[in-house]
Amino acid sequence: MSIRHGLLALLERGPMYGYQLRSAFEDSTGATWPLNIGQVYTTLSRLERDGLVRPLPENDGGQRPYELTDLGRAEIAVWFATPISRTDRPRDELAIKLALALTTPGVDVRAVVQTQRTATMRTLQELTRLKTRSDKPSDLSWRLILDAMVFQAEAEVRWLDHCEASLVRYQPPASTEPAGEKQPADEQAEAHR
Amino acid sequence: MILELRGVHRTHGTGETAVHALRGVDLGVVAGELVAVMGPSGSGKSTLLNLAGGLDSPSKGEVAVEGEVLGRLNRRQLARLRRRHVGYVFQDLNLLASLTAVENVALPLELDGLAVRKARKLAAAALDEVALGDLGPRFPDEMSGGQQQRVAIARALVGDRRLVLADEPTGALDSQTGEAVLRLLRARVDAGAAGVLVTHEARHAAWADRVVFLRDGVVVDTSGPLTEPEHLLGAPA
Repeated sequence: MSIRHGLLALLERGPMYGYQLRSAFEDSTGATWPLNIGQVYTTLSRLERDGLVRPLPENDGGQRPYELTDLGRAEIAVWFATPISRTDRPRDELAIKLALALTTPGVDVRAVVQTQRTATMRTLQELTRLKTRSDKPSDLSWRLILDAMVFQAEAEVRWLDHCEASLVRYQPPASTEPAGEKQPADEQAEAHR
Repeated sequence: MILELRGVHRTHGTGETAVHALRGVDLGVVAGELVAVMGPSGSGKSTLLNLAGGLDSPSKGEVAVEGEVLGRLNRRQLARLRRRHVGYVFQDLNLLASLTAVENVALPLELDGLAVRKARKLAAAALDEVALGDLGPRFPDEMSGGQQQRVAIARALVGDRRLVLADEPTGALDSQTGEAVLRLLRARVDAGAAGVLVTHEARHAAWADRVVFLRDGVVVDTSGPLTEPEHLLGAPA
C-alpha cells in the first residue's frame, strides 16, 4: 500500500495536519493499515520535496496543515486512473512453496495443501465474522476492504482445491518409465516439470 | 447433539460398478452450530445431506436426529420427524406455483395436521423473519428470484425446526442476495437450531462455525474459527 498516494488522496478533501491525516487514513481503511505518526511526517516531507504538497502557516495549536499543489492533484488523478499491476505486488510465497514442495523429496504435498487450505478457510471464516459485525451504512468503506480480503482468500481456497485435484491425478515422473506412455491426466502435472 | 452421523457409508450399486459415495463419515452438529460441507462434484456432499435429512439411508453406520436413530423408525415416524424437525433449502426452490407465499410456507405444517388458521399464522411469522411480511398473498411468479429464495427459506424455518439443511441455497442468486440468504440461515442457527450447509463456494462456507472438506466420500480436513478474528487486522502496511 502506498502511504504516499493515501495521504495525497486525503488532502484532496482539504488541508490537514499530521495527526488529522493519520486518523483520516485509519478511518477510511477501517484501521486495517495502522500508520505511525513518524511515517506520516516522513511522507509529508517527501511529498513537499517533490512539490506535491505545500505547508500552510501553523494554526493556534501549533499544528501545521498541508495542502495539495496542482502537481499533487494531477498525481492523485493519475493514481486513481491507473490499474495496479500484479507485477508490482510481492511474489506469491505460497505458489513458490508448493512448487518447491512438489520437487523436494520426502515432502507430502497434499498435506502442505490441506494445511494451507484449513488456515486460509479459517481466515475466511474470521473475515466473514468481522463483516457480520459491521452492518451500519457508514461502515461501507470498511466492508469493501473486508470484501477484498474475503475474495482474495476465496481465490486462494479455490486454487488450493485445484492443486489438490491435480495432485490426485499426478504421477511423479519415474526415471525408468519409457517415454510415450504418458497418460492424459499428466498434462496438468507437465507444467511442474 | 442435534445431528449425528456415526461411521456412515453409502454405496450405490454392487460389485465392480459400485460407487462409494461416502466411506466412513463421522459428523456431529450441536444446537447453535452451522457446519459447512465443501468438496468437488461427486465428493459425497449431497449424499451426506440426504442421509442427514432421512431422504436416503446409509449402507452402513447410523444417522441420528435429536437422538432418534433414523434407521430404527418406521416410514410414518420418519416422515413425521422430517416434517416437524427438519427444514430443507434446496437449490431449486420447489415452490408450488399455484400457492401463494404464505400457503407455500404453511403447507408442511398443514400436512402435519395443524389447523389451517394456526399454520398460516406461523407461516406469516416465518415470512416476517425473512423480511417478506407484506408479500404473503403473492404467488411465486409475482416475486423476484431473491424473494422466492427467501420464501423457500421461510418454509424451511417455519415452526420449530431444529435442524436446517441447505444444499447450495445461494444457487443462482447474485452475491448480495446470496449473502442475505446466508445471514438468515446464520440468524436461525444463532437462535438455537443446528445447520448443515452444502456449498462449493468458500466464501459461503465461511459463514459456518466449522467447515468440513469431503473428497471421494472421506472427510479430508476440517477448519474451525479462532475465537477472536481481530488479529487479522493491525498488520502494518
